[in-house]
Amino acid sequence: MRRRSFLIGAAAITGGVAFGAYKLARPHDNPLLAELKPGEVAFTPYIKITGQGITLITPHAETGQGAQTMQAALIAEELDVELDQVTLSFGAPDPACYNTALASDAAPFAPFDTGLVAEAARGVMGTAFKALGVMVTGGSSSAPDSYVKLRHAGAVARETLKRAVADEVGVDIATLRTEGGAVILPDGTRLPYTALAGRAASTPLADPPLRDPSDWRILGKPFPRHDTVPKSTGTQVYGIDQTLPGMLHAAIRLSPRRSVLEGYDATAARAMRGVEDVLEIPGGLAVLADNTWRAFKAAEALEVSWAPAPYPPEMDAHWQAVSESFTDERLDRRWRSDGTLPEMDEALEYRAPYLAHAPLEPLSAMIRVDHGRAEVWAGHQMPRFAQDKIAEIAGCAPEDVTFHNQMTGGSFGHRLELDFLKHAAEIAVQRPGTPIKLTYRREEDFRTDYLRPLGMARAQGAVENGRVTALSLDIAMPSTTASQMGRLGQPAPGPDPQIVAGAWVMPYAIPALHVRAFRVPELAPVSSWRAVGASSAGFFAESALDELIHRAGADPMEERLRLCQSPVHRKTLEAVAEMSDWGTRAKGMGLGVALVESFGVPCAQVVEVMQTPEGLKITRIWAAADVGRVLDPVNFEAQVSGGIIWGLGHAMSAEVTFTDGATEQENYDTHPGMRLWQCPEIEVRGLHNGPTLRGIGEPGVPPAPPALANAIFAATGQRLREMPFSHHVDFA
Amino acid sequence: MKLTVNGTAHAVDVEPDMPLLWVLRDVLGLTGTKYGCGIAQCGACTVHLGGEAVRSCQVLASDAEGAEITTFEGLGRPDALHAVQAAWIAHQVAQCGYCQSGQIMQAAHLLAEIPNPTDAEIDDWMGGNLCRCGTYPRIRAAIHTAAEGKG
Repeated sequence: MRRRSFLIGAAAITGGVAFGAYKLARPHDNPLLAELKPGEVAFTPYIKITGQGITLITPHAETGQGAQTMQAALIAEELDVELDQVTLSFGAPDPACYNTALASDAAPFAPFDTGLVAEAARGVMGTAFKALGVMVTGGSSSAPDSYVKLRHAGAVARETLKRAVADEVGVDIATLRTEGGAVILPDGTRLPYTALAGRAASTPLADPPLRDPSDWRILGKPFPRHDTVPKSTGTQVYGIDQTLPGMLHAAIRLSPRRSVLEGYDATAARAMRGVEDVLEIPGGLAVLADNTWRAFKAAEALEVSWAPAPYPPEMDAHWQAVSESFTDERLDRRWRSDGTLPEMDEALEYRAPYLAHAPLEPLSAMIRVDHGRAEVWAGHQMPRFAQDKIAEIAGCAPEDVTFHNQMTGGSFGHRLELDFLKHAAEIAVQRPGTPIKLTYRREEDFRTDYLRPLGMARAQGAVENGRVTALSLDIAMPSTTASQMGRLGQPAPGPDPQIVAGAWVMPYAIPALHVRAFRVPELAPVSSWRAVGASSAGFFAESALDELIHRAGADPMEERLRLCQSPVHRKTLEAVAEMSDWGTRAKGMGLGVALVESFGVPCAQVVEVMQTPEGLKITRIWAAADVGRVLDPVNFEAQVSGGIIWGLGHAMSAEVTFTDGATEQENYDTHPGMRLWQCPEIEVRGLHNGPTLRGIGEPGVPPAPPALANAIFAATGQRLREMPFSHHVDFA
Repeated sequence: MKLTVNGTAHAVDVEPDMPLLWVLRDVLGLTGTKYGCGIAQCGACTVHLGGEAVRSCQVLASDAEGAEITTFEGLGRPDALHAVQAAWIAHQVAQCGYCQSGQIMQAAHLLAEIPNPTDAEIDDWMGGNLCRCGTYPRIRAAIHTAAEGKG
C-alpha cells in the first residue's frame, strides 16, 4: 500500500484546492478540524488530542469481531500510548474514512492475483471508493484497510509532538523519546501529549517511516479488548438500550411477503393500554406506545392484509428458477478454464438454502427529527449511506444528520441494510421533536431479513490412475451484489464474483478445471451473509473435489496436497494434517478436510465426527488460516472458531423456506444455530506466509460445511450434497 | 405492584401479564437484561428469581411479585466482580457480547448448584443459551476456571 494516499491531515490544513481530475487524488478534508476549539489539534481523522485527553477515532463498526480494539491498537502502537489511556469513538461518518481494502476486493480478480491487469482494475475500484467516500465495514476488510493508515496516523502524530517539543525546548529531536502518552526529555522530564496539543497544532507534520514489527509493543501479542469488561458486567450500552427523555417506543408491522399494504384495521390496537398512535409508513404500519412491550402487543393486534409477494410464493418455484438457470443466456462469467475437459460422467447436484442473519440483538434505531435536522443512534456498517437515506426522508442535507454509531449485538451482514433506519425515520418525521426508538420484534427481524441467497451447483469430473484429472463446476445463484447495490441505488456492473467466491480460486492444479457462474434472476431479495458467496460455493467446490478424490481411490488429504501448487495454501493443509494426526480413525468415526480461500485468506479445516446411538457427533475440529500476520492471537482464535461454529451450525440444521410468499422461519426455534452441547473442541493455528495482511471475521466460515460433509462420508459412507444436512442425517 | 430487584423495592404500575423482561428494561431502566427472541429460545434475558435462573421474557410481572430478583447489574460490578464475570474477562469470552449477560447469569446459577460441573453438566445447563458469534469453547473454559476459583 502507498502511504502517501493516507496523508490526510496536513494536506487538508494547508491545501484546499481542487481542480478537475486532480480532485480524485486529493484527500478528503479532515472533519475533526471543523469542531476543534483553540488549543486542540487533530492530526488526521483518527486522533484527537485536547487538554482533557486523547481520543482515537475507530471508524469501522464493532459488530463483535473486535474491530474497534484492533483499530485502536494500530494507532496506539505508533503513537506510544497505552490502550487504557485513551477514549475510543466511532466518530462521525466521514468520507475521509473511505475503505481502501474492500475496494480492491470488489474487482473481479483473485486476491492472490497481483498481475498487471488485476492491479489496474483494483486501482480503478479504489479511486471510485475514494471519490464516493464509501465507508464500509464488511468483507473482512477492517484490518487490511486500517493496517497501514492507522499506524501511519499514530506515527505522524508522535513525531509531530516530538518536533513541537524539540522546537520549543531547543533540543535535538533525536534525544527525545515517547512513552505512555508523553514526550520524555533527555533529563527524564515527562511532557504529556495532552499538554502539547496547542503547540503541536502549529507544527509542520512529520512523515516518519513505520516501525518494524519486531519492535512492536502491543501488536502481534494478545491485547485485551476494551469492551470485554463492559460486556461482562452489563455496563455495555447497545443501540437497543438507548433512551432519551420524552421518547416513544415504536414497533412495526411490515409485509411478510415483502409487498405493500392493501388494507388494515387498527381499532383494537389503538384501544390498547399505552398506545399513542398507529401510523402508516411506506410498506406497512407503525405503532407508537409508552413501552416496548405495549408497542409489540399492539403491532401484533393490527389486522392487516398484504399484497402478493413480488417473487414466487412457494419454495419449489424458487428451486426451479435456480435449476433452470444453467443456460448460455444466464452465463454470468467463465471464471476458470484450465485445460480441456475430457468426457465426464453425469453431473452431481449440490444445494445451499436461503439463510437468515438473525444477530441476537434485534434491529433497532433511535431517531429524532426536528427543524431540518436529524439525530440518530443505531449500529450500522455503512453510516454514510445511512446518513444520506435519513436525510432524504427528513428533508434535510446529509450533513444535518448526526449519526451516533452504536455497539451492536452482532450483525453478520444484517446491518449493511438500510431499511430499519428508513422505517425509523419515516416514523420520526411524523412526530417532529419526539425521540422515537424503533425496536424490531424477533419475528419481524426474521420475516423482513434480506437472506443469504439459495444456490445450486452441478459438478462433473474425471479420474485416472488414482488421480483427479478434471473438475467442471457450474454454480447458479442470484446476485447478492446486484440485489444489495440495487437497494442502495448504486449500479453493480459486470459479473458478480460472489456467485463463485471460494470456488474459482481453488488452489489446485487439476489438469482440467473449469468454473462457471450462472446468474439466477432475483427471487426474494438477498444480501451479504457472513462469508457471502463463499459460504455456499466453498461447500460446492470442496464437496465435489472430495467425491472425485474418493472415486480415484486416493486419500483426501494426500491428493489435495499433491494438487495444491500454492505454497501458502499448501501450508494450511499441512498444518491441519499435522494437528489432526490425519489418518484412519476407529470404526464409526471419520475425518473430513476442506480448504477454501475467501477474502484472500486460505483456511484449511479438518472435522472429526463419530456415530453415536443419538446421532452424529462432531468430536474435534482443527483449523489453520493464513492472514499474513496475526495482530491479536486471542481475537484471531475467537474469530476462526466463531466462524466455524457459524458455518457448522447453519449447515447442520438451518434454512429459510417460503410458503404463501412468507418465510416459514420466524424465530430461533425453527432456524437454530449451533448450541453449546453440539460444539466440539476447536484448535486453531495462525500462519504467517501470506504476502498481505488480511482480515479474519469471515474466512473461518466457508471450509466448515464441506469439511463436515466430507467427515460424515468418511464415517458413514453417506454423501451429503444438500444443506442443511439435517434433511438427511440426525445429529446428536 | 411491588418488585424487589437487586435488593431494592420498586412500586411499578404495569399489567400483571407484562413480562418481567420489559418491566426491567423499560420501566426500571435495567438494560443489562437483553431481549433476543421473546419465546425462551435464546436465554439472553436470563435473571435469577429466588436464586433460580429463569427466562424473564416468560415470567409475568405478577409471578415475580414478592420474589427476590437479581439481574446482571446485581450480580457484580466492574469494581466488584462475581467469580463468573472474572473468569469471563480472563478468557475474553465476549465477542458481540449481547448474549453474555444471560450466559453469565445461567453459569452463576449452575455453579451455585454444582460447584465443579463436568462437561456433560455444562452441556445440560447451558444448552438453552444461544450465542450467534460462537463463543462456546470459551464459555466452557470460563465455567471451569470459575469453578476452580471457588475451590
